[in-house]
Amino acid sequence: MTTATDVASAAWAALATVRDPELDEPVTDLGFVASCDVSPDGTARVLLRLPTYFCAPNFAYLMVADAYDAVSAVPGVRSAEVVLEDHFASDPINTGVAARAGFVRSFDGEAVAELDELRAAFLRKAVMAGTDLVCRPLLQAGTAPDALPAMTLRDAPPSTALDRLRRRRAELNLPADDGAPLVIDPATGEGITAERMPLHLRRARVTRAGIEANTGICSGMFRHRYRDREDQ
Amino acid sequence: MYAKDGEKYFIVDSHMHYWNAAPDNWVKGAEQYAKGWIECFHAYQGLGPADTHWTIEKFQKYSEDDLMKDLFEDGHVDMAIFQPTYLKEWYKEGFNTTERNALMGEKHPGKFIYNTRFDPRDGDPGLEELKRNVERFGSKGVKLYTAEWNTGSRGYKLSDPTTYRFLEAAQNLGIKNIHVHKGPTIWPLDKDAFDVSDVDHAATDFPDLNFIVEHVGLPRIEDFCFMATQEPNVYAGLSVVIGGLMHARPRFFAKVMGELLFWVGEDKMTFGSDYGIWEPKWQVEGFVDWEMPEGEEFADYPRLNAAGKKKILGLNAARLYDIKVPLEYEVPAQAGQPAAQDDAQLVTGT
Repeated sequence: MTTATDVASAAWAALATVRDPELDEPVTDLGFVASCDVSPDGTARVLLRLPTYFCAPNFAYLMVADAYDAVSAVPGVRSAEVVLEDHFASDPINTGVAARAGFVRSFDGEAVAELDELRAAFLRKAVMAGTDLVCRPLLQAGTAPDALPAMTLRDAPPSTALDRLRRRRAELNLPADDGAPLVIDPATGEGITAERMPLHLRRARVTRAGIEANTGICSGMFRHRYRDREDQ
Repeated sequence: MYAKDGEKYFIVDSHMHYWNAAPDNWVKGAEQYAKGWIECFHAYQGLGPADTHWTIEKFQKYSEDDLMKDLFEDGHVDMAIFQPTYLKEWYKEGFNTTERNALMGEKHPGKFIYNTRFDPRDGDPGLEELKRNVERFGSKGVKLYTAEWNTGSRGYKLSDPTTYRFLEAAQNLGIKNIHVHKGPTIWPLDKDAFDVSDVDHAATDFPDLNFIVEHVGLPRIEDFCFMATQEPNVYAGLSVVIGGLMHARPRFFAKVMGELLFWVGEDKMTFGSDYGIWEPKWQVEGFVDWEMPEGEEFADYPRLNAAGKKKILGLNAARLYDIKVPLEYEVPAQAGQPAAQDDAQLVTGT
């Protein structure tokens, strides 16, 4: 027999697949899920919160909408309610997601397109950052930079960073199979030539540094807003 | 002035504020935004050392005496540049206006430079106000906040034709320096509010203006670095970088500094404390003591010596604002080369 507790665990696991598109980390790891409860009748209630009152409303919307979709798909969940609290755009986001209205209708007159391109742009950044995570250890272990253009995903030693890079590429419909080039241009999917490789790796490194620094600031702000208060 | 290990540093705090965000200044009906804004700023202060944290009450409205002590008595600052932030949608008299800054600063001659601002959505009255402010306060710089709310609008871009009209007018009035702050909402909301490509366009089309991107485009350092490499008149404003990362996230701070030194170079980076978010004392002292960490992750970043730190802490901003620096603080020419020059050519060639 499936209990409400089992369903709640499954709902939590589903939320772990929802990422902050900007930071490329699961909302559960970032602490953004304040609570997730499932009642005996299968009603899931999720409470989300973010580092600041003014976090960008487009990314906030994506997280609420993704959380809604992820939890709604859990077997045993009959209806889902996802609420973002303490945010200047809580009302349009919560109402819009509940009504499955899409971003443009949720922010009537303030948005002209859905968020697919924004999401893709940040997935491309995640691919760049992942490229640094995967290639840097290779180069440090003695792989010559000249050898990178001919290498495929199969040639890199297995690692969580490599798995993650493959998944991000697959999400963008970029080549992610064993025989695909290890280093690609995330805009086109084409392999990076030897001539372009040094600059490409520099860009991969600065992209990773930017995302890491941003995550550091966001988590510090989040801690100040919620955890420090709870600790007192 | 700060002295350490036989080196003397002339300190220009190129990004600081004197705000009133206390409830008496909140716009009726917009209290939640006024409160949310200052609480958000206060959370940033949490990233600095614990013994420099203020209560929210002091943070909402600190005094003239606090500012003078924190900057000039304790904070080693020689010259401070007020950067106004209006936010009149939420704060009745504005958060931190040119007038408020000047009213205070005029009591302390020789200590402050008054930057002003404009908002291209204000149209002709906005142009008139800009002209009045430049004439009255002698402003050589403006602070632009592209995500500022204005009668229902959630932001604008530097590349908008209406903004170009203001940039032209500002240039004709003698403005040299455009400080740009990117924020969390901009119209339309489906675009990335932190995107810096509009700065790229404006910097190309106004080659005689300098564009100081405050907070180095954080959280989009990569886009900022790539743009700055290609635009000789784009500078990295280090407010938030030092205050938000040096203490709280020292390894990320080192990486961001390494990237900025590589792509932008020590001649185009300027210190700003972002006071009252953070006091300058710990930032100046910590930055003078800072060294790139050892280890493979940091091995190929450029190094920063005392001459480079002197430029970043004051000499670069002094050059942008024609501040006279006594000879003893200057560094010999050629003391440091922008690290990214070779790669700038590489980028331009692609």
